[in-house]
Amino acid sequence: MDFRDSPAEAEFRARLRPWLAANNPGLPSSSTDDEYWARQAEWHTALYDAGFFGLSWPTRYGGHDLPTVFDVILDEELAAAGAPPRPSLGYLVQGISRHGSDAIKDRFLPGLISGQERWCQGFSEPDAGSDLAALRTTGTIDGDEYVINGHKIWTSYSDVADWCFLLARTEPDVAKHKGLSAFAVPMHQPGIEQRPLRMINGITTEFGQVLFDGARVPAQNMIGAPGEGWRVAMTIVSHEREPGELGYVARYAKTVKGLEKTVRADPGAFSTEQRDAVAWAHVQVEMLRRHVCRRLSERLDGVEHGPGGSIDKLLMTWVEQTVGAAALAVSGSRSVLDADDEPLKVYLYSRAQSVMGGTSQIQKNIIATRILKLG
Amino acid sequence: MDTRDTAEQAELRRAARQLARELGPSTVGALDDATRHARLVAAVRDAGWLELRDDTGDGSPLASGVEAAIVADALGASVADAAYTGPLMAADLLRRAGVERADHAVVAFSGALVDAAVVDGARTAEAIYAIDCSAEQPDSAYAIVAEGAEYRLARLRLADTSNGAAPQTDLTRTVRGIAPGAPVDDVPGQRRLLTTDDLAHWSALGLALTSADLVGVMRGILDVTVAYAAERQQYGVAIGSFQAVQHLLAEAWCLMDGSQSIALYASWAVDTLEPDEARAAGRVAKAYCARAARQVCETAIQVHGGIGNTWECIAHVYLRRALLSSHWFGDDGDQLRGLQHERLGAVDGLS
Repeated sequence: MDFRDSPAEAEFRARLRPWLAANNPGLPSSSTDDEYWARQAEWHTALYDAGFFGLSWPTRYGGHDLPTVFDVILDEELAAAGAPPRPSLGYLVQGISRHGSDAIKDRFLPGLISGQERWCQGFSEPDAGSDLAALRTTGTIDGDEYVINGHKIWTSYSDVADWCFLLARTEPDVAKHKGLSAFAVPMHQPGIEQRPLRMINGITTEFGQVLFDGARVPAQNMIGAPGEGWRVAMTIVSHEREPGELGYVARYAKTVKGLEKTVRADPGAFSTEQRDAVAWAHVQVEMLRRHVCRRLSERLDGVEHGPGGSIDKLLMTWVEQTVGAAALAVSGSRSVLDADDEPLKVYLYSRAQSVMGGTSQIQKNIIATRILKLG
Repeated sequence: MDTRDTAEQAELRRAARQLARELGPSTVGALDDATRHARLVAAVRDAGWLELRDDTGDGSPLASGVEAAIVADALGASVADAAYTGPLMAADLLRRAGVERADHAVVAFSGALVDAAVVDGARTAEAIYAIDCSAEQPDSAYAIVAEGAEYRLARLRLADTSNGAAPQTDLTRTVRGIAPGAPVDDVPGQRRLLTTDDLAHWSALGLALTSADLVGVMRGILDVTVAYAAERQQYGVAIGSFQAVQHLLAEAWCLMDGSQSIALYASWAVDTLEPDEARAAGRVAKAYCARAARQVCETAIQVHGGIGNTWECIAHVYLRRALLSSHWFGDDGDQLRGLQHERLGAVDGLS
């Protein structure tokens, strides 16, 4: 058992550190203003161009074929430098890699990984949230194309996306989990209308709804086989539940570092409760860092992604919401005197973590029935 | 980085869990089974686990914090009523001071149970406590005496003092109260004075072992409770089929799993990181594990319902053990204060 770097890991860290010191763009730690996502795109390109993005993905598609532990090192160094987190694309890369044909992978992975082409994920609908398989968006074959009609909601980055990883019902007459297929749908076309959705922290650019009215997608853009959509979706959500995949540890650590700096500047101005809240947030983030190391190490034994991802998702949610609560605590009365207060926005943003990627209640159902075997 | 057990660590983990399961008290009644208890104590001794922190000859311990924590975790999971962490912490302190190991040695703690008792004078001035004493009652306990910026060991004669015989909260480990006035003797043959770095590293081990014990306690009580929820019927079905109960147990399971990750890191840090870093890792682990264990044990009692509130249900044996492991070397509040002091700057009257 060793948490230390191997020689290759240490060499990578030594190469990364000076680059970060010179290139940290100093963005806020989460989307607390409408400029955030535009600047996050520049950060993606900068990381990619310097050879520090897509570390564990195949070289053929623009990655570096390194073990996943290198992603953890990247996250640690991003956190230590107070730099923005790496873009969270792992779940889309996994979905395409595991289910897409070679032609699909060759066509879409390079642009996704390099950031040249941007993606959103069209899963949830107004009447299909936790009950995802109840979705009603249809994909109807018409020659060598599918015609898409329906309404997707809570779609992150839909305003800037070039492609939508869409789940649609292509076979209406079979059981609800079996009639779904996944597609790479081009977003820039007349049959698609994107409407921003304002989040509770006031942000209007991250979240959207997407209306499909006769949108068209080539049949060859199907990811996986017809009717394989549910399996594709489960691959994606299981990866979307993993803190190691998402790189959020760096984001949380950056926020806590900021809070510690605020308190350190004038320790006497903060109450015991405020100081406790910051220290507890530090404890939680450290727990998640080590938890990610442990999980990735277990994977060296070939342990597959499974219901354990739900444990990780719940832990990650508690960490994010503890950090959000600490931000609110440190801000004190400023949070109610100024709606633009950044800690207030961090706190409000943190409430989404127990819903996105499967609610905490769904995760607990999965843990209880599939890990504890209760039911 | 590779945080998996080595082959030897995996084997130790397997053996320790099996031994603790076989000889630990699986019911409250079994706590009174003297034959079982004697077999457990002998087995822990014969396995060589009490020597894990003894001197190899060059000042380093026989085994790292990781191996020591693997055993602590296994004993906690079966609420094993054999002294382990107490003797290990004494051996570790004696090794750092270059003093020959002593059988049944134990360290005295100040009343808050956070630090080793610091004595000043020929007799002790305050009540102090020896935690996790061996079955063979020790006649002495070790404390420390300031000498400039360093410390030497002192031995307190217990036989000469009235033994504070308060009823034991933890039913699985013995705490001995040492009334004020215990004679303080020199320890012959101390080859090194203890530095603040030594004490930081020693605390790091204490924090790692009590955290590992708490992880074991959580896993043990959850095993018992999940089995109970699957078996206990109300409204004609197992109570574990109700989401309200499932969600309580799922949360508890996550707390246990997260605790395991952070406790593992703390145990690795003991002999690998610099003293302050190792102690900070221990503080983080202990803060998390202490809070988690409290919630997990309370959840377990709730899921056991009325039965869980009776003496016969083993759940309170786990809770009681968790309470002592939480306070020993400092509970979550103590650790948060310590982390604040290091990370947020000192505030008069607050830190």
